[in-house]
Amino acid sequence: MTRARAVRALRERAIEAGLLLAALSSIAITLAILWVLVSESLGFFRVVSVVDFLTDTMWTPLFAEPRFGILPLLCGTLLSSGVALAVAVPLGLTSALYLSEFAPGRVREAVKPCLELLAGVPTVVYGYFALLFVTPLLRRWLLPELPGFNVLSPGLVIGIMIIPYVSSLSEDAMRAVPMELREAAFAMGATRLQVAARVVLPAALSGVAAAFALGLSRAVGETMVVAIAAGQQPNLTLDPREPAATITAYIVQVALGDLPHGSVGYLSIFAAGLTLMAVTLAFNVAAWLLRRRFREAY
Amino acid sequence: MARAAAPAPLAGVRRGIRRRRLADRLFALLGAACLGIGLAVLAVLLVDLAIDGLPHLDWSFLTSFPSRKPERAGILSAWVGSLAVMAVTAAAAIPLGVAAAVYLEEYAPKNRLTDLIEISVTNLAGVPSIVFGLLALGFLVYVLDLGRSVLTGGLTLAMLVLPIVIVATREALRAVPFAIREAAFALGATRWQVVRHHVLPYALGGITTGVIIALARAIGETAPLVTIGALTYVAFLPAAPLQAEWPFLSFAWLRDPFTVLPIQTFNWISRPGDDFRGNAAAAGLVLIALTLLLNGGAIWLRHRLRKRVRW
Repeated sequence: MTRARAVRALRERAIEAGLLLAALSSIAITLAILWVLVSESLGFFRVVSVVDFLTDTMWTPLFAEPRFGILPLLCGTLLSSGVALAVAVPLGLTSALYLSEFAPGRVREAVKPCLELLAGVPTVVYGYFALLFVTPLLRRWLLPELPGFNVLSPGLVIGIMIIPYVSSLSEDAMRAVPMELREAAFAMGATRLQVAARVVLPAALSGVAAAFALGLSRAVGETMVVAIAAGQQPNLTLDPREPAATITAYIVQVALGDLPHGSVGYLSIFAAGLTLMAVTLAFNVAAWLLRRRFREAY
Repeated sequence: MARAAAPAPLAGVRRGIRRRRLADRLFALLGAACLGIGLAVLAVLLVDLAIDGLPHLDWSFLTSFPSRKPERAGILSAWVGSLAVMAVTAAAAIPLGVAAAVYLEEYAPKNRLTDLIEISVTNLAGVPSIVFGLLALGFLVYVLDLGRSVLTGGLTLAMLVLPIVIVATREALRAVPFAIREAAFALGATRWQVVRHHVLPYALGGITTGVIIALARAIGETAPLVTIGALTYVAFLPAAPLQAEWPFLSFAWLRDPFTVLPIQTFNWISRPGDDFRGNAAAAGLVLIALTLLLNGGAIWLRHRLRKRVRW
């Protein structure tokens, strides 16, 4: 009896240890990411100085005299994300307000899963769509001068792609606003729009800001759409009609070519990746701070 | 009537009310329109893809290797590769993710370590997918020396979807009422027995939904696999997992080079000229059908579960 109990206790302990190990894997992966990015970047910064990396305005890793200034890539990344956000924020926010405050319950139940499918479409298909449908469309109707590769059309497509991230998180935040606040406003004679814009939206602002930040970090990390449709020449520009490379597109470009392991070109993608991590982390921390600042306690 | 006789200030109020009511209705229309734009784009994308791709989509497209001639090229190695990579991803991510979630929900004490695990799960969910590709390239390919194989690809995607599995499983576990656990504990069950015999079976539906969504995400991922340098021209299949001689099972396929559907699609898109455009569209169509099928299945399952379960 006692022996059976001891065996059972031992088994319980072993199972718990196994489960703990599984849970620790997430920490291990996080550390591994940091370790790979930092150690390979250190190798890169032994050849290229950090100052050059951050201030040089040229990114020409394949030239005879290569120059590694991250600014053009960073600029391309922020430009495409900016276009994406300009699409996703108004559309996502209005959709969220509509779903949370105006739509009948059945419409919401039916539409939300469909909207979520937008985020489920493989990004390579979005790339195809941007390059072979959106760009020709823009050229025919709006911007005849638009080059075949440009930042505008992948930016627009990424914007559509991240609508579900923006709208569903925003809507969650809006629906978390207590009913009493709405009822109080309605009792004062406010219309639905007034309640939505002046009561619900301010109260949900923390969640909405977090939704924007999540969408933004998705857009910054998006790879295939820009790699396919934005062209792959680094270009320090603020004009979305021009072609440009993003950080992610550069990593893909290098990975497709066959740079030898340990060369500066190979190491440069890790420095680019580290920059990408830093940018997404900055947005995430900003969102976190915003959330704290605007948090309304009920 | 009284309305006509209303004094001037009251008429102003009425006008104001009418205006605000109109604004209300206009905003509702605007909201529906914004919603419609997203859905319309999805519809246009599907139609565009179907127009370009359907003429190419036939049996021989599914059973041919890629080729230099667009009309003879197919996606055999791509879909077999996707299947093989998914097998590895599922085998790694499901047990690991479910176990981690069980630990966090059912076992974890409130301490620093638990906080750290939670933070890293949240953080991993926000890491851009291409960074997982860099991790795989720097660690799996060169440090562990796994090469650019099915195994590397599968593990890369497993790390990528691990947070999705963990978060979904935790939600499913949390939805199981506490009374069920207490009843089992009261009968002398150990913690593991409670989890194994009561909590996990009840949570199984929710866990399955999460796993399907995670696999749908993994099957469409391109960037991390491109980064590890998965070959784009693969005119052979991985070794067969079953063989005629003892021990019948073979794991040689894990070490074979591979291509997957999204990479094959990307490869055809980035060819200069329009020759391979139809092939790209057809492969994209197969890919999108797979992901939409998986996502739709998960949504349906979630809907059914929500209807059926009454605690």
